Amino acid sequence: MIKHHLFVRENMPVSFKEETLEKVRSLIRRYPEGKQKSALLPVLHIAQEELGGYLSVDVMDYVASLLGLNPMEVYEVATFYSMFYLGKVGNYVLEVCHTGPCAICGGEEVLKHIKEYLNIETGETTPDGMFTLKEVECLGACGNGPAMQVNTEFYEHMTAGQVEKLIERLRQKSKEEGSSKGWAEQFS
Amino acid sequence: MLKVIIDNIEIQVEEGTTILQAARMIGGKVVPPAMCYYSKLKDSGGKCRSCLVKVVKGSAKDPRPVPKLVASCSTPVQDGMVVENTLSAEVQEARKGVVEMLLINHPLDCPVCDQAGECDLQDLSFGFGMEETETIEPRREYPGIDIGPLIKLNMNRCIHCYRCVLAAEQLTKKRAHGMLYRGDTMEISTFIQTAIDNDFSGNMIDVCPVGALTDRTFRFRSRVWFLNPMDARRECGKCSGKVVAWMFGKEIYRITGRKDQFGEVEEFICNECRFEKKDINDWVIEGPRKIKRQSVISSNHYEQMKKGSIIHPIEGTTEPQE
Amino acid sequence: MGRAILLDKVNIPGIQTFEVYRAHGGYTSAAKGLREMTPAQVQQEVIKSGLRGRGGAGFPTGLKWSFLDRKSDKPRYLVCNADESEPGTFKDRYLMEHLPHLLIEGLTLSSYALGVKTCYIYIRGEFRYLVGILENAIREAKKNNYLGEKILGTDFSLEIYVHPGAGAYICGEETALLESLEGKRGNPRIKPPFPAYKGLYNCPTVVNNVETLATVGPVITMGGDAYAKLGMGKSTGTKLMSACGNINKPGVYEVELGLPVEEFIYSDEYCGGIKNGRMLKAVIPGGSSVPILPADLILNTARGDSRLLTYESLAEGGFESGSMLGSGGFIVYDEDACIVRNTWNLTRFYRHESCGQCSPCREGTGWMEKVLYRIEHGKGRMSDIDLLVRVAKNIEGNTICPLGDAAAWPVASAIRHFRKEFEEHIKC
Repeated sequence: MIKHHLFVRENMPVSFKEETLEKVRSLIRRYPEGKQKSALLPVLHIAQEELGGYLSVDVMDYVASLLGLNPMEVYEVATFYSMFYLGKVGNYVLEVCHTGPCAICGGEEVLKHIKEYLNIETGETTPDGMFTLKEVECLGACGNGPAMQVNTEFYEHMTAGQVEKLIERLRQKSKEEGSSKGWAEQFS
Repeated sequence: MLKVIIDNIEIQVEEGTTILQAARMIGGKVVPPAMCYYSKLKDSGGKCRSCLVKVVKGSAKDPRPVPKLVASCSTPVQDGMVVENTLSAEVQEARKGVVEMLLINHPLDCPVCDQAGECDLQDLSFGFGMEETETIEPRREYPGIDIGPLIKLNMNRCIHCYRCVLAAEQLTKKRAHGMLYRGDTMEISTFIQTAIDNDFSGNMIDVCPVGALTDRTFRFRSRVWFLNPMDARRECGKCSGKVVAWMFGKEIYRITGRKDQFGEVEEFICNECRFEKKDINDWVIEGPRKIKRQSVISSNHYEQMKKGSIIHPIEGTTEPQE
Repeated sequence: MGRAILLDKVNIPGIQTFEVYRAHGGYTSAAKGLREMTPAQVQQEVIKSGLRGRGGAGFPTGLKWSFLDRKSDKPRYLVCNADESEPGTFKDRYLMEHLPHLLIEGLTLSSYALGVKTCYIYIRGEFRYLVGILENAIREAKKNNYLGEKILGTDFSLEIYVHPGAGAYICGEETALLESLEGKRGNPRIKPPFPAYKGLYNCPTVVNNVETLATVGPVITMGGDAYAKLGMGKSTGTKLMSACGNINKPGVYEVELGLPVEEFIYSDEYCGGIKNGRMLKAVIPGGSSVPILPADLILNTARGDSRLLTYESLAEGGFESGSMLGSGGFIVYDEDACIVRNTWNLTRFYRHESCGQCSPCREGTGWMEKVLYRIEHGKGRMSDIDLLVRVAKNIEGNTICPLGDAAAWPVASAIRHFRKEFEEHIKC
């Protein structure tokens, strides 16, 4: 059975802070007039990061209103791309590559070890809301496999021991100080 | 005008005509089947791959053959092009493969499907399918969603042709459903709980080639081949009011658009005509609808058909059963 | 062999910055092109160089450029394909991370040749940190008048923007990439029309791979003829190979095309041999989409010639006994690697990454994956092997875009060369 379900529109007020809005406006200006839909992917990245960690219906409706789109267009796009989360995730999303080259270099063992260490299965979040485990396809880090990403930061040459160290290190930090430059700061 | 030869039959067509359109002008056996292309919906086609044909000569200017099979619905004719459909064993083989792909995840629930008898996938399977299935994998199953009192969505039957999305996009102002997710988990859905309610939303039913979208007001009321399709019309402020009323005796069981031999409606009709006008007094009955299309629905009502005939929808022939 | 023209300065500290890049001769080809040459001359040098698309298809770059509709009065676009997602391929990431200005310089020259005023770099979303690196390089180049209005005092102006994807391998296909860049689902378009006529926003567009565009700078510096002298036959120049798998030295290597595969695998200059002294079992030489070859056929062709790293030599023998250079993603398997498990793994990848638009790919990739899963998990039937061959054949060539072929070839080639292994899996 395919695990899709309908989502709920909560009608909670959401909005970017003013400086992010300014960034969004400048992103829209990168594309020709009338083609503001082009800014959808970058804006969704920023929205996911800054408005709750995942794309709720309300967040997507807000993005649709910013770009003048039918909300359905945003849902269609958000469900197509694997980097967008449709439900709540932990502070840290551990995305472990399980594709060919990483798999033959020990990726499967790393994955197994994380499951045991955190006592969660793929797709689940630890009870304290700290970690979500995901299996992802090729991250383009095959030469440094096994590779994984935590909130879009690369971690390479992973071993069982290193995974434990990484998890413990992440536990020490709060989410805010954990990541380096976020999506909005990447764009000049 | 451009000259094109399809299965040894030559025809002159205007520039911009696709191979499929040219084949439809010729008519008969040379017309490739189309599960996703719909001439009245912009940007439709190219997806199901059941209309694949072989271009053995690209054009008079560049006679090289096209190495791969092409989707006839979205490939424009070039002057001097030579195309093979029924004549090409490669095409027949590929089409068999496409039909198989469309069927491996399609539930074999025709006995309880309202579309049975007028289903493009039934006709396609009958024409090109294999007798046995080689798949033992469980079929894909979606959790059902409710899209309102007028239209029944059965996602398990969907072949992802995009027609209903294009119809909603092109006929209504702000479509409330779309193609979500990707790959073999792709789903037609409203994403949030909502009823699809719009003056023209019922056309989603008519454009659906299978039983994924059916008329909820007609659900399980009758097999389509037990009904008499009658051309009917009324004065309507929203649409042309020209419909087909599917009747049993004096009772109207359902209303649809008027479909041509390729299963496409001549005109889109409004929901008021389709769902609300089920009384015979609402309509001027023009007379029996001649169904040019070869399918089970054409088996009962027409003089040239005898009861118990074997119909070959794709070849367009009928042979009386002994 | 071993001549580096892309990565020759990669080890210079600070080469990521404009100052250091410029101090080591960077942007001289842009200056030469823009000041001393006409756009047509730049394009002519690229044609003469014989440079072929480094993204996988190997289509001659100059020829692709010559298809661009120059009669149209619409704006033209150059889109840099940085959606590197092919398993085994990580060369573009390396290039962008270490030599962002080499790419910017290539984009400037290419845009000049094509008459483009706006260029987008479509980069996969997982490379978020590279977005910042590239944006920074663009800012630096702009500050120094190598980008922006009236570059170097000429009449040529150019804006480059970085556009992130969001996790979809299919967006590496050029028309899916354009759809994605327009903010839509990454569904490949039905061709014709081709992007050269109707690309981004329905305007004439060229889409080229990162490595291809980065090579344009060196081509202009050394001249097309000199570049064409590098390499072998129609495989001119150098190519970035990303080597991974069971080897001693995984990494990105620049090789002059024509290098023997054996040398590439065993030389300490490159892969450094198989890890832990094991035996070589198989290689996928050009990214996961190209056919896998067993050890004997990757080292030598069926005719007994040494296999070379060229488009032609790797393809020698067709699908029977050859493969492809593809994107240069060189995946090496040692004797312990399980071909069945690996084939299942890669097929799961293609199933996950199929856009779902056309039926053979949507249904066929899922079907193959389910069958391979059964075989790998002890529930295979002997008839499944021929079934897989048949399903792969029904996908190949019948889809809208090449993802169908890319999904079919690994399965077909694994069974062709390792049928016994599949049979053994089913038996026990």
